[in-house]
Amino acid sequence: MFETTELNKKNRRNERLVRAVLGTMTGLLVLPVVLILSMLIYKGGPVISFEFLFTSPTNGMTAGGIFPALLGTVLLVVVALLASVPLGVAAAIYLSEYAPDNWTTRAINLAIINLAGVPSIVHALFGVGAFVIFFKFGTSILAASLTLAIMTLPVVIVATRESLQAVPLAFREACWNMGATRWQTIHRVVLPNAITGILTGVILEVSRTAGETAPIMFTGAAFFLPLLPQGVLDQTMALSLHLFVVATQVPGMPERLPYGVALVLISMVLLMNSMSIALRMYLRGKKKW
Amino acid sequence: MPKENHRGATAGSQDFDRLNADWFIDKSVQILVFIGGISAIIFIIGIFVFISKEGLGFIAGDFDAREFFLSPNWRPTSEGNPTYGILALIAGTASVTGLAMLVAIPFSLGAAIYIAEFATGKKREFLKVVVELLAAIPSVVWGFIGLAIMNPIIIKVFNVPIGLTVLNAGIILGLMAAPIMTSIAEDALKAVPDKYREAAEAMGATRWQIIWKVVLPAAKNGLLGAVLLGVGRGFGETMAVLMATGHSINIPTSVFDSVRALTATIAAELGETAVGSPHYQALFTIGIFLFVITFIINLTADLIVRGVRKG
Repeated sequence: MFETTELNKKNRRNERLVRAVLGTMTGLLVLPVVLILSMLIYKGGPVISFEFLFTSPTNGMTAGGIFPALLGTVLLVVVALLASVPLGVAAAIYLSEYAPDNWTTRAINLAIINLAGVPSIVHALFGVGAFVIFFKFGTSILAASLTLAIMTLPVVIVATRESLQAVPLAFREACWNMGATRWQTIHRVVLPNAITGILTGVILEVSRTAGETAPIMFTGAAFFLPLLPQGVLDQTMALSLHLFVVATQVPGMPERLPYGVALVLISMVLLMNSMSIALRMYLRGKKKW
Repeated sequence: MPKENHRGATAGSQDFDRLNADWFIDKSVQILVFIGGISAIIFIIGIFVFISKEGLGFIAGDFDAREFFLSPNWRPTSEGNPTYGILALIAGTASVTGLAMLVAIPFSLGAAIYIAEFATGKKREFLKVVVELLAAIPSVVWGFIGLAIMNPIIIKVFNVPIGLTVLNAGIILGLMAAPIMTSIAEDALKAVPDKYREAAEAMGATRWQIIWKVVLPAAKNGLLGAVLLGVGRGFGETMAVLMATGHSINIPTSVFDSVRALTATIAAELGETAVGSPHYQALFTIGIFLFVITFIINLTADLIVRGVRKG
């Protein structure tokens, strides 16, 4: 009764063709990156050892390890998080739980989009003008971390706002009906239900903060320091800047060393991101509403 | 119960009988989170104010808008007669971003259509995760890839003396921007209601006809927003273009020319200038220019995407 017509055949052929072309394009987008990553692992892998991770650079950075840079990145990230997480969570609570639909809210949303979109080097200029010079922190961990904190603030705000908004309104209404204030509701009902989602955002921010280079170049990260930082007003080395330095600034660099630094940095960042994604998936599977 | 306090009668009368500790905590938290909310506005204004403050001396003094925008001569360290023309730097940024978009737009739109309309189940989840991870690779690592891996490949394949060129940086930047554009474009496609697809399918349209005639036109604005955000990202990228362009001041005539970008100039020179010198202030003036351009790009992208949601 129903015979396959020429048109049917043509349509089916076209569909297969389109599917193949688009699939190939997706593959081509992913393939170079997979190749590049395997190259990094192939060339950088042999460099990495316990000694590489936990000793200082020697011989004008052409030998030795990356410990001061690794430690510096951890310090920068911790101080940046101390500033940006409370602020970002507060902003997200305001936007999700309090903000009326008015021009202030629209301006806040626009500001968040722009904070995320301003070039990293402009954030660096801001860090120099505001924290290094105006607030007189000098080039220090504090100045660099605050610059990073402001730059990555949108990451925390957006992730937190999303997980707060995923908590059903009925939960809040039930709580309000018991006579609870807004804050009691947020504190006892909304936040506990959103905390894992907030955590995914915080992990994402760690990854973003650890990888940034331009904002810390002039605000607190140094090319090379003989001593480890003693406090937040000292300068520090950082892994991302260290990669830039060993790749471009040091003559007579052994070929494989920068690959090792790049591999450590990218492993750190991808590990953090995978953790955040895994947590999000686990959460989605567990959700009861 | 008689009420002695009459303040509540005008504003928030539901709080009238409970002006206790809980009420005050509630109000203080509300003020605290509001401060958190407007901090984003304060910061964006702060960025503009502080970079303007540092750049103002130059704009008020040596600044000549014609020379600044139209002269290709960026010679800030020249003894006696320094010139501050950013035309060559703008050309550098534009050429690299342009090539990056030529690479990124077709591939990221193609990938977004594939992920949103063709891939299903596990495959779709997997591709989404891969795209998200790609977007997370730090720019300094991309710069290193351009320097250490792409550079020798370009020299060998095209038989040119130097591989740190518009081509190198354009490809690197394209690969960098593509994952972000893919995920925004995919969101835009997913936002097209399924009933549009079902209606078209009921009329006997093939999958590709549905995508081409129904889904893409409906998602047009969201896709345009994705492209604009990609342009903004490319325009503002610093470390990758610093390391992969070759960093020589040049108005490029082919993709095998080395160029220098606006962002890279600031990154390379700020460390060597004295605070408050004309050179230092000129670099901040470039910063103001970058800030204004990216602000306009982001604002436009936001307005376009928002336009879809209302319609």
